[in-house]
Amino acid sequence: MAVQTPTRTSTTEARHAQEPPRNGPPWIEKWGGLFFVAPFGVLFAFFLLWPTVAGLWNSFFNTSLAGVKQEFLGLQNWREMFGDPAVWDSLKNTLVFTAMSTPPLVIIALVMALLANRKGLLGWLLRFSYFAPFVLPATVVTLIWVWIYQPGFGLVNGLLTAGGFAEIDWLNDENRAMLAVVITTVWWTVGFNFLLYLAALQGIPEQVYEAASIDGANGRQKLFRITLPLMSRTTGLIIVLQLVASLKIFDQIYLMTDGGPNYATRPIIQYIYESGFTSYRIGYASAISYLFFAIIVIVAVAQFKLFSGKKEAV
Amino acid sequence: MTPFTPSRRTLLTGALGLALSGTLSGCGAFGHGARVREWNLFGGGDGARLLQIHEKFVAEHPDIAFEAHTLAWGPPFYTKLAMSAAGGRAPEVATLHLSRLKGFSPTTMLDPIPLDQLTEAGITEQDFLPETWNRCLVDGRLYAVPLDQHPFVLYYNLEICKKAGLLGPDGRIKPVKGVDAFLEMLKAVKDTTGKFAASVETTNPWRLWWTLYGQLEGKFFDDSGSRLALDDAKALEALQLMAKLAADGLTPKSSDYPSLVAQFTNGDAGLSFNGEWEVTTYQTAKMPFSMAPFPVVYDVPKYAGDAHTFVLPHQAGRNKDDTAATITYIAWMLKHSADWAAGGHIPAYQPVVASPEYLNLKPQAEYRSVAPDVLYDPDAWFSGSGAQLQNEAGAAFAGVFSGRTTPRQALDQFKAATQKLLDTPSPV
Repeated sequence: MAVQTPTRTSTTEARHAQEPPRNGPPWIEKWGGLFFVAPFGVLFAFFLLWPTVAGLWNSFFNTSLAGVKQEFLGLQNWREMFGDPAVWDSLKNTLVFTAMSTPPLVIIALVMALLANRKGLLGWLLRFSYFAPFVLPATVVTLIWVWIYQPGFGLVNGLLTAGGFAEIDWLNDENRAMLAVVITTVWWTVGFNFLLYLAALQGIPEQVYEAASIDGANGRQKLFRITLPLMSRTTGLIIVLQLVASLKIFDQIYLMTDGGPNYATRPIIQYIYESGFTSYRIGYASAISYLFFAIIVIVAVAQFKLFSGKKEAV
Repeated sequence: MTPFTPSRRTLLTGALGLALSGTLSGCGAFGHGARVREWNLFGGGDGARLLQIHEKFVAEHPDIAFEAHTLAWGPPFYTKLAMSAAGGRAPEVATLHLSRLKGFSPTTMLDPIPLDQLTEAGITEQDFLPETWNRCLVDGRLYAVPLDQHPFVLYYNLEICKKAGLLGPDGRIKPVKGVDAFLEMLKAVKDTTGKFAASVETTNPWRLWWTLYGQLEGKFFDDSGSRLALDDAKALEALQLMAKLAADGLTPKSSDYPSLVAQFTNGDAGLSFNGEWEVTTYQTAKMPFSMAPFPVVYDVPKYAGDAHTFVLPHQAGRNKDDTAATITYIAWMLKHSADWAAGGHIPAYQPVVASPEYLNLKPQAEYRSVAPDVLYDPDAWFSGSGAQLQNEAGAAFAGVFSGRTTPRQALDQFKAATQKLLDTPSPV
């Protein structure tokens, strides 16, 4: 790929040089491209840039969804936020979820990709069954898993009691609820990371393995010396995507536990939603969103630094 | 799988046909195409019943273009309604829990009900209990028309209670009064079922606690309405009773709402403490059951409950014809609320309460006497059905049943959470 790119560019340039000059004023030549990005540009400005600015603006006001006249508060929302234990508790839940869900979502995806990277019916079956849950909507996934976790007649507790263990009230136990959500999430979304790994695996040229075999490398050596190093960039990408996806946790928890029991699983996005929409406090919710925004930026930048450092090493 | 898959063209033709018929039939009493869009939150058995009632309404009113939408109960419904009203593009009419009226910022998000038009439609103040009617007034203006009341009641399994010797000669459960009699009754039921006496929603026991605390005549706010005035001794008494119920195995230690229904249906529990809206579920399950007012465990008869009302969410440009048609709808619904009462709710419209049609409903008419003693949630912007205060109570009190927290800890947590809500600047 890296070798081909310059050649292609030079051909394009060469063709461009041969073409006769076009009709029309020169500014169209120069700025005409803008017309093509304009539709997206307008939507982007309207639905992303503007809300971002409006959110910051609102965080300094007591903006209310109820349409009551708004007043300037200065930093009052921000002060309230730093002293609000619910903000920190829910932020902690989001971080705990991220820490618990990211490693299995990366490692299990890798193992599954290694298992499914084979030809024939078995490979097809594994690929299909590993990816299938990912296409389900959140509502369906949570509905299924709430039944699976149900004490009395749920699948998990049925297996536990059959094995001689005590039942666990997964979703109503403060110490287990988050684990239950993590297990559901892994089952549901691991397929996406699996797909990225599978594509990376299939991108490794066969000759490399052939050469290694001729040199007498065994399967283990091939895995740790060839496969994993050649996929390190994919791993980096998957980790970044997964961290961002896990930090955005909301749907599963909202649908499975509604943040309970006793707020043990309420993620920060749910608290933002509750403050802003069910309690009408848009101003305060905007301030919390900005705190969370800052944290995501920090994580992304840190990850980017690590990632780009690794690239140089390879 | 589907016998008939409509093509895009049939759908378009159909839509066109509907639009045309709408235009043609739209020249009745309400001028051209008076439109009533209704949003409600009835997703359960009462929702199915509402659909049937609506069908009847549509059949009787070909001149009104009527459209009803059911949204998910609780916060999702209220959030969507608030946003539509804040934007001034709300539906013509919506349901609202009476306990949430003041927290819904009526002056900005609701339009007042035109009293003269309501009177013209045959609905007046005298048709309602004064307690209910007065709650619908904010700053002297009417913002809601009550449809029903739905108290916390006692469901009982006829076979189990008969075996336990709790039924009187008339086949009804013998009323009990006082803590000891209450516990004795539960014990008799537990001995009969071999499992539990009563099914309760332990994951949010707000309604049970609020009933017990209300029966102890406990106050929530002081007279100014802005300071917490919980009576610790009474609150603890109620919580300790709840802890005892679970500890003695009279109720489950952990049970969410679906389990509450399941345990009563399958006979694990001979009684159930719940709102009256599950009557259709148990009738459909062909259970031998009846209902009664929740026992007066403490000093005075009080029953946690709420009322469904109709409100006019704020529209930037309210159309006169549409409003007139909306009032017609509201009045019609009230006059036909005996059908609605079959789902368990006590009609708010008193002429229906006195009608034989309602009185013959069994068991729905058995607990109608509690209507004046329905205890609404405390008055605050964060209070009401499905609102923040109930969630805080659920979070704090669920542990009392499971044994995870002591009543004292639970009360302290609940008081701290309520205080935090009080300290939060009101958004309405």
